[in-house]
Amino acid sequence: MSEQQRPSRPLEPPILAVDDVVVRFPVAHSMLDRLAGRPPRAVHALNGVRLEVRRGETLGIVGESGCGKSTLARTIVRLIEPNDGRVRFEGHDIGSLSGSERRAFNRRVQMIFQDPYGSLNPRMTVRQVLTEALTVHAMRPKSEIPARIAELLDLVRLPADAADRLPHQFSGGQRQRIGIARALAVEPEVLVADELVSALDVSVQAQVVNLLLELQEKLYLTVLFVAHDLRLVRHISHRVAVMYLGSIVEIGDTEALFSAPRHPYTRALLDAAPDMDPSHRTGRAGARGELPSPLDIPSGCPFHTRCPYVFDRCRTERPLLTERNPVQRAACHLVDFGRPGASIVA
Amino acid sequence: MSAIPAERARAGQGATLSVRDLTTSFDTSGSPVTAVDRVSFDVEPGQVLGLVGESGSGKSVTLRSLLRLARAPAETTGSVLWDGRDILALPEAKLRAIRGNEIAMIFQEPMTALNPVLTVQRQIDESLRAHTRLSARDRRVRAIELLDLVGIPAAAGRLDDYPHQFSGGMRQRVMIAIALAGEPRLLLADEPTTALDVTIQDQILKLILDLRERLGMSVILVTHDLGVVAQTCDRVAVMYAGRIVETGEVGEIFREPHHPYTRGLLGSVPRGGTERRPLLSIEGTPPSLAAMPSGCAFHPRCSFRTDICFAVSPPLEPFAPGRQVACHHHQRVAEAGLP
Repeated sequence: MSEQQRPSRPLEPPILAVDDVVVRFPVAHSMLDRLAGRPPRAVHALNGVRLEVRRGETLGIVGESGCGKSTLARTIVRLIEPNDGRVRFEGHDIGSLSGSERRAFNRRVQMIFQDPYGSLNPRMTVRQVLTEALTVHAMRPKSEIPARIAELLDLVRLPADAADRLPHQFSGGQRQRIGIARALAVEPEVLVADELVSALDVSVQAQVVNLLLELQEKLYLTVLFVAHDLRLVRHISHRVAVMYLGSIVEIGDTEALFSAPRHPYTRALLDAAPDMDPSHRTGRAGARGELPSPLDIPSGCPFHTRCPYVFDRCRTERPLLTERNPVQRAACHLVDFGRPGASIVA
Repeated sequence: MSAIPAERARAGQGATLSVRDLTTSFDTSGSPVTAVDRVSFDVEPGQVLGLVGESGSGKSVTLRSLLRLARAPAETTGSVLWDGRDILALPEAKLRAIRGNEIAMIFQEPMTALNPVLTVQRQIDESLRAHTRLSARDRRVRAIELLDLVGIPAAAGRLDDYPHQFSGGMRQRVMIAIALAGEPRLLLADEPTTALDVTIQDQILKLILDLRERLGMSVILVTHDLGVVAQTCDRVAVMYAGRIVETGEVGEIFREPHHPYTRGLLGSVPRGGTERRPLLSIEGTPPSLAAMPSGCAFHPRCSFRTDICFAVSPPLEPFAPGRQVACHHHQRVAEAGLP
């Protein structure tokens, strides 16, 4: 195999690693609870999450509300301190970086937020927003800043005269481009995009998705794409992690995960996503019941209350994420689930 | 269940909704904007019509205008024929007999559409009192039946719960139960699953389809999600800038869109097998209602436009049985096919 044909991405060392991260948000302990002798409660947002992100790849993180995907994104950029476990960037625990290392980390890992309306200061022009990013991290001498701003606007396909306008003068899609330009201003290596396009109309979503794909290739970015939209995640990601109630239940190469999911929840999620082909209307199984509260995560496997294949062991013992094949890992006691030719298939 | 007259539907009493030239404009600070512009469509008994479009396309205002719910400063003209009567011309008292009774509506936000300080029982009861002549005791029994019908487990035990004690999906089921209290023949659903997670959305859509089947209702489903349209609707009307730009049977439209906007929408949604390749996006953004482009409202974003599109707004015209399109170049669009 020649150098060029080799699939280079999977061989890269991980740029980011999440090691058994636990995040709990305590819930206010009310007087009533105290009088009744009830112990303080906590939302278990992340329950021992472990994953690696390779340099240059796009890792999709998908799940329903309350699954912990946004908490995971925020923990990775150090907006949230984990209660247990750690996040490593190039091998170093981001919780114990020195001052200068921390500043470097803050530059090299950038987050883009969901809400294109709330994440920009309404009183700052695009030029001010970008200048601030460029100055805080001393990216360019003052004299070069105007040229760099023009370059950034061009990169995200905004007109040059956008620089002197205020956020309210832009549409939602354009504002997301400003958010991307702001993140790219500091020449990051990792972009964490939390529901980047979910607030946008579908025709505008496609523009931003195309831009992200293009920039990722051009700048060799590592992208964490957090979203609830399976179709989008599938389209963008090299690999996908599926989360449920604070745990990763399955992670694997996009193609493998979508064509042969190895966890019943992944299967249910795929079945529930409406197929774009009207001639393909199936009596799909979906997932029965409701999402349990993250205050009260079921014992054993978190999915056991809704799983059509539940058996005794699932109620008591939490399954670990184990390798099913070289490109797929799943946390399910049914090792056969989804395996070609296995008797237990959806 | 017994009190729901499935016989009525089977006896062929389903009515057709005929909307003609429905126009709703808002008089904002002296310059009126037209949110819904000469919209016409029919809904046959038992049919599910999808009204699809992006934000600001006028799909929700259209739905509200059907029941004269678009309030001042909105002004609605045209006609909405239901069972031989023009809803837009009915006196208020007669309108009330249709609203919530023959035609019911459910909304996107089940949390804000329910009253947080009243029990679910009180809210269903309110609807039952308005639309039936049942006694207090029978209404309670009926409320349990309705909650049961929409798939709320242990319905009798949940009657005295408040909305916050229900999850999002369950709240939407409660909304549907309230809508069903008047035994509607037409259900207007405004983005009923947009706020819900995908596994819960799936359950609610199945419920609506199941109720359509069992109760012989027609449904108008407003949505921006083409996947939802593909999986639930019989016919679809695509709206852009206040107008219907294309209508037809769902399968045909998805197979061969004739309007460039429909084509663009379909191409904007990623499908399996095209991973990491550019999507067919539509350049630009939908126009503001206050600054509508000349000619065809879509021309600034259209890759098929010619001179005529700048000057002449194309009318919605039939070009094949059951299909209508408003585009000067629809044949060219169809020939271009989907990417």
